[in-house]
Amino acid sequence: MAEASVAGGYAAGEGRKLNLKGLASVLAPWALPITLLVLWEIASQSGFVNARLMPAPTKIATTFWRLLLDGSLFFHTLASTQRAVIGLVIGGGLGFIAGVLTGLWKPAETLLDSTLQMVRNIPHLALIPLVILWFGIDETAKIFLVSIGVFFPIYINTFYGVRTIDPQLVEMASVYGLDRKALIQRIILPGALPSILVGLRYALGFMWLTLIVAETISATSGIGYMTMNAREFLQTDVVLLGIIVYALLGKLADVATRAIEKRVLVWHPAYQVKSGSAK
Amino acid sequence: MSVADAYEPESTGGLPISLSRVEKSFGALNVLGNFNLDIPAGQFLAVVGRSGGGKSTLMRLVAGLDGADSGRVNIGGRKVERLHPSVRLLFQEARLVPWQRVIENVGIARGPNWQETARRALADVGLEGRENDWPSVLSGGQRQRVALARALVSEPQILLLDEPFGALDALTRIEMHRLLERIWTARGFTTVLITHDVAEAVALADRVVVLREGAIALDIEIALDRPRQELADPRAVDLQRRILDAV
Repeated sequence: MAEASVAGGYAAGEGRKLNLKGLASVLAPWALPITLLVLWEIASQSGFVNARLMPAPTKIATTFWRLLLDGSLFFHTLASTQRAVIGLVIGGGLGFIAGVLTGLWKPAETLLDSTLQMVRNIPHLALIPLVILWFGIDETAKIFLVSIGVFFPIYINTFYGVRTIDPQLVEMASVYGLDRKALIQRIILPGALPSILVGLRYALGFMWLTLIVAETISATSGIGYMTMNAREFLQTDVVLLGIIVYALLGKLADVATRAIEKRVLVWHPAYQVKSGSAK
Repeated sequence: MSVADAYEPESTGGLPISLSRVEKSFGALNVLGNFNLDIPAGQFLAVVGRSGGGKSTLMRLVAGLDGADSGRVNIGGRKVERLHPSVRLLFQEARLVPWQRVIENVGIARGPNWQETARRALADVGLEGRENDWPSVLSGGQRQRVALARALVSEPQILLLDEPFGALDALTRIEMHRLLERIWTARGFTTVLITHDVAEAVALADRVVVLREGAIALDIEIALDRPRQELADPRAVDLQRRILDAV
């Protein structure tokens, strides 16, 4: 944008040309997906690919509309989101507490860390048979799996964030008479926050992944159930729609964390491009 | 001086510091051996020496950040056992908390009415209007000013400065010298400045101590008029030469 305004000073015609160039650069990332969609549509309409196995985008769009109107899409999305959020709160909360505890308090690290590092290496989806034995196939099983999935990324990154606080700042804080509570509140937790947010982003990825698998195994609601159910009846359009919904939910979670980052890390030089250049 | 005079708190005075027969080693390395030094209340002392000469160790002992192996470090007649509440420290780096705004950094201890006192301390170091900036947008000199305001806000009776101007450019450094001299003159706290810059020591201090291999190699008084005109005074040049010979 700055480039365009500088060039605009030389000649009006130049400026317009560069504006078109700016528009092109905005549209460029969409070019590939749109081309693929068009090709896909043509391929299934012309019968080049089997419409039963790979229905056309327009067919998926009408399915989306149908499921939206009968309320089932909303119902299943809500069920999935609910499990995801409850699991995230439980697993993420515990991971955060454990991370802060082990980061700040040496005995907790000695006691917990090596055990947690060992358990961490078990793929949590390997627990599915055990989880079904323990909790049956109801909500608890899915929430348990999601909680385990999000626990470790948040735990590890919180621990790391707390441990890598600049010791010079901690020394300064003690020279200036901050007590332990103020030190944790004003120095350690805000300092660990960038790292904790990295953990949160990883956790959100694990959260959806775990949920998809958990819901396809045993459920009576949720996007995973919707797609597995559709597979039984060879409704490929619904299966594809489910996949798209997962993608959108994942993207939504990512956008949300970015927004949080932008808000809570305003102090960070990386988020201060504007105020820095205005000086 | 006119702008600076707008706000000056009452002189808080200083506390005397005394070190007697202090020993401090790190492993096999004896940093300070049988070390004696008396600093009267309100004096501006500069400690000059090469790296590894024990300057920073001396400072950490007075601040109570480290303990002596033996001997006594007294502040105001009482033995230093931990951080003394009326001792403030300025580090080589400003050590501002990046996620707190300038005013929050100055009022880091959050004492009663901290915003008002922090605002006044910032005005005192010439940073009014920058209260809500993030530390990352400040220049090096401005950061050290904020750090100075943070040290002054609690009206300390002893100010310890560990090469705080070492990383600043020459002009900013002279500005900081004037600022520090003005505030010290007004408040009269005991000041210990650690530096390897002999000109800086002569420009600011009442007395210069040269540390060499953990012992005092030179202890001279700098009886020049204040406020001092740096570079101009031939007596200052002579004093600098004497100190340099001892380093």
